Amino acid sequence: MRAAVIVFPGSNCDRDVKVALEAVTGKPAMMVWHGETSLPPVDVIVLPGGFSYGDYLRCGAMAAHSRIMADVVSRAKGGTPVLGICNGFQVLCETGLLPGVLQRNASLRFVCRDTWLRIEQTETPFTSAYRMGEIVNIPVAHGDGNYFCDEDTLDRLEGSGRVVFRYVDPETGEPTLEGNPNGAINNIAGICDGKRRIVGLMPHPERHFEKLLGSDDGRRVFESALRSVAA
Amino acid sequence: MSANYPAITPEVVAQHGFKGDEFPRLLEILGRQPTFLELGIFSVMWSEHCSYKSSRFWLRQLPTSGPQVIQGPGENAGVVDLGDGDAAVFKMESHNHPSYIEPYQGAATGVGGIMRDVFTMGARPVANLNALRFGAPDHPKTRHLVSGVVRGIGGYGNCVGVPTVGGETNFDPAYNNNILVNAMCVGLARTDKIFYSAAKGVGLPVVYVGSKTGRDGIHGATMASAEFDDKSAEKRPTVQVGDPFTEKLLIEACLELMATDVIIAIQDMGAAGLTSSTSEMADKGGVGIDLDLDHVPQREAGMTAYEMMLSESQERMLMILKPGREPEAEAIFHKWGLDFAVIGRTTDTGRLIVRHKGAIEADLPVDKLANSAPLYQRPWVPTPTPKLILPEWVPAPDGVLACLERMLATPHLCSRRWIWEQYDHTVMGDTIQRPGGDAAVVRVHGTRKGIAATCDVTPRYCLADPVMGTKQAVVETWRNLTAVGAEPLAITDNMNFASPERPEIMGQFVGAVEGMKEACLALSYPVVSGNVSLYNETNGKGIPPTPAIGGIGLVRDVSKTADLALKHDGDLIVLVGREQGHLGQSLYQLIETGRNEGAPPPVDLAEELKAGTLVRSLIGEGKATAVHDLSDGGLLVGLAEMALAGDMGVELFPYEGRLPAHAVWFGEDQGRYLIACAPSIAEEIAERARLLALPARIVGRVGGHGLALKGESPIDLFRLRTSREAWLPAYMAGELAS
Repeated sequence: MRAAVIVFPGSNCDRDVKVALEAVTGKPAMMVWHGETSLPPVDVIVLPGGFSYGDYLRCGAMAAHSRIMADVVSRAKGGTPVLGICNGFQVLCETGLLPGVLQRNASLRFVCRDTWLRIEQTETPFTSAYRMGEIVNIPVAHGDGNYFCDEDTLDRLEGSGRVVFRYVDPETGEPTLEGNPNGAINNIAGICDGKRRIVGLMPHPERHFEKLLGSDDGRRVFESALRSVAA
Repeated sequence: MSANYPAITPEVVAQHGFKGDEFPRLLEILGRQPTFLELGIFSVMWSEHCSYKSSRFWLRQLPTSGPQVIQGPGENAGVVDLGDGDAAVFKMESHNHPSYIEPYQGAATGVGGIMRDVFTMGARPVANLNALRFGAPDHPKTRHLVSGVVRGIGGYGNCVGVPTVGGETNFDPAYNNNILVNAMCVGLARTDKIFYSAAKGVGLPVVYVGSKTGRDGIHGATMASAEFDDKSAEKRPTVQVGDPFTEKLLIEACLELMATDVIIAIQDMGAAGLTSSTSEMADKGGVGIDLDLDHVPQREAGMTAYEMMLSESQERMLMILKPGREPEAEAIFHKWGLDFAVIGRTTDTGRLIVRHKGAIEADLPVDKLANSAPLYQRPWVPTPTPKLILPEWVPAPDGVLACLERMLATPHLCSRRWIWEQYDHTVMGDTIQRPGGDAAVVRVHGTRKGIAATCDVTPRYCLADPVMGTKQAVVETWRNLTAVGAEPLAITDNMNFASPERPEIMGQFVGAVEGMKEACLALSYPVVSGNVSLYNETNGKGIPPTPAIGGIGLVRDVSKTADLALKHDGDLIVLVGREQGHLGQSLYQLIETGRNEGAPPPVDLAEELKAGTLVRSLIGEGKATAVHDLSDGGLLVGLAEMALAGDMGVELFPYEGRLPAHAVWFGEDQGRYLIACAPSIAEEIAERARLLALPARIVGRVGGHGLALKGESPIDLFRLRTSREAWLPAYMAGELAS
């Protein structure tokens, strides 16, 4: 699998994602600078977490207009799987590849903690290695992760299996207020596009990549990608 | 002269902080009247903040060497050897004065400044920590200060993408008007790629990189060297503004350039900006520097030479490059969207010459500028030795478990989760042990090794007895590192004190240095970097002596660390260390009686060494399932913390010795650890301790849903957790009466 990680000025999880991708694929991941005009041939594109352009205008807003994004958008529309993590999810929403917005956390504070997610959709390139309804432990770290969209969009997302990850209580597996770190509507942690090729999520699977870091529940996001390319 | 500068009158001289014979001394050095810029330059270089004029004499006594030390104090940060060509670069620094005046920016730029000190030396920052002291919760400014400081620390570190993995926070009315914000950063470098600040060589380009220079922070160093009064809020314009996004770019650009062989010397522009960086680099290299300020990237028009030389604008670095290699370096900085400008050359004149718009505004001898600051041996009086108080003198509670719950619900012992959840502590994917334990552990990227880090001091101990209190602070960092299985390597010290011009305060400082020296020598645990912050007082009322200690240790295999969470039903918990029921200066005494009396618990350095060595062996052998060092609140608080961390209850074994029971449960005797282990080896562990002449006993068995003790009603863990977690969020939400 050839994977590309887009590096914006202010990206700060680019290395972490690279480590995860390389451990799974056994091949170097390509680090593509935001100022490039086109991507090399790739099987998977990852938009990493961080504070692209300092998040100074609105999270992800400036990155969505950086030079490389034109090619990312066209590859995505051509069917190349794209994963946006945290700031990457924000960028995907800002480009319009995914619907909705990520607002300031309901607490108005940055939050870094473990969250428990229920896998709601396994037919994507990034979740095929999970079981439907499985509860996994993956941490969040963000100030603006409060997913919001209008009612029609929400109905469409919920009605067509496009909610991929949902914050839940670890004991009951049900969405709760306490399980939701940011106030996201319907406890949504991650969604996909209509063709289920583009996935964005606020939690960081690369940070729970091996047991030494607390859990390896996030590893299968990358193993799924490998499997989808092989398939 | 190009600018309309004021004449050098006695008033202007006094406004620049010159005291006593300092100005006549300057006249003697120059042999003439200084220009206005020269006066400004000397005023910052001779400020307490930059010159350490009250503390230097004493700091020289600290042990700073050892086989593990690559670089001790005197550079931007200290460097210790981690083996295999890896080195840890670390330092702690205060940003107290600015954080009180403008908490968000003050704290944020404190974090930014300490990270620059670390990456200046060629290290990638991998862990941030902080030591915070706030005033009483019911003081009208406290909530605002906590909120701003925590947001500032998070806002900067989170954006740069360096995990904030540890720290400590105290609330005490003595800090009502002088909070302390001490930021620590640990970085990783290769031992053969460490960068220093000596500008060696003549005719070399002096290069400015990073953000543009503005008018912010002018005379910040001078502000940080004076007491506060009622007008301190007017100093807000001297607080710098941070831009973590630029810092992130600056880190990446500097590390990229450092991978080449272009840099001869590099230093960040911290306190006193261009002034101190140019004079220190020139002095260390034995050269002069000829600066032309017309080339300095400027944020606003019409800045004078004085403003540029004294600005403390953030995210700027000064480099000396190999001649002719500027284009290579410039390309890297432009790729990252940062300013790059050649602003001068090194010379063989030994003088710092500052030109602006064609005129020479300063012409000063570098060696005098860097080395002629006054050195004061200020008068001091030793702190009176406090009286020991006997455990019997402090009344017992009705029940120890109910008392425990009360104590855990106070600002002293409640959970700090509300704070550290606002810090990204998992970015970089190497955080092995997160906040909330004895020490954080961060893996050395791409290896099995790790760095453990912690910072500690107990100010109420230091106030009662600066020598013993500071010894305790050093030892507590050493124990915290030990409790996760690390070999302690070295410390950084952040000496926060009130005005050194008062003999009793100077006496506290002298005592603290003495205590630190003793502990460092006994533990082979040298001081490799540090910072002194004096004049932490307002209208004559000072802070307690607060020598914050940051310690780091080496973990040889990150898969073999210990944490404090209980893990297995049926495990036994062994207490190792001497029990004396010391309640003097204990939190029990403070919380239950509202008093702060007696001597702090004594430290026995020989016993500390023995206990620490035993604990590290047990962790290395895989025999300990959980480890916790005992400090604030003593044995019962330590047991409760282990139970809560693992969400497993403990059946406590009654104490049957001769001391009053409450002194055993809450005494803060030093040199003690709790070790959980399989029941089959508990007696073996206790026996190994006794062979080292260390007392040991089994204090409880893991099991159940709460803490249970014969003769008392058990307390459920859920309830205990709720009590411990409640206070800080409720206080910050304004839900508590204040």
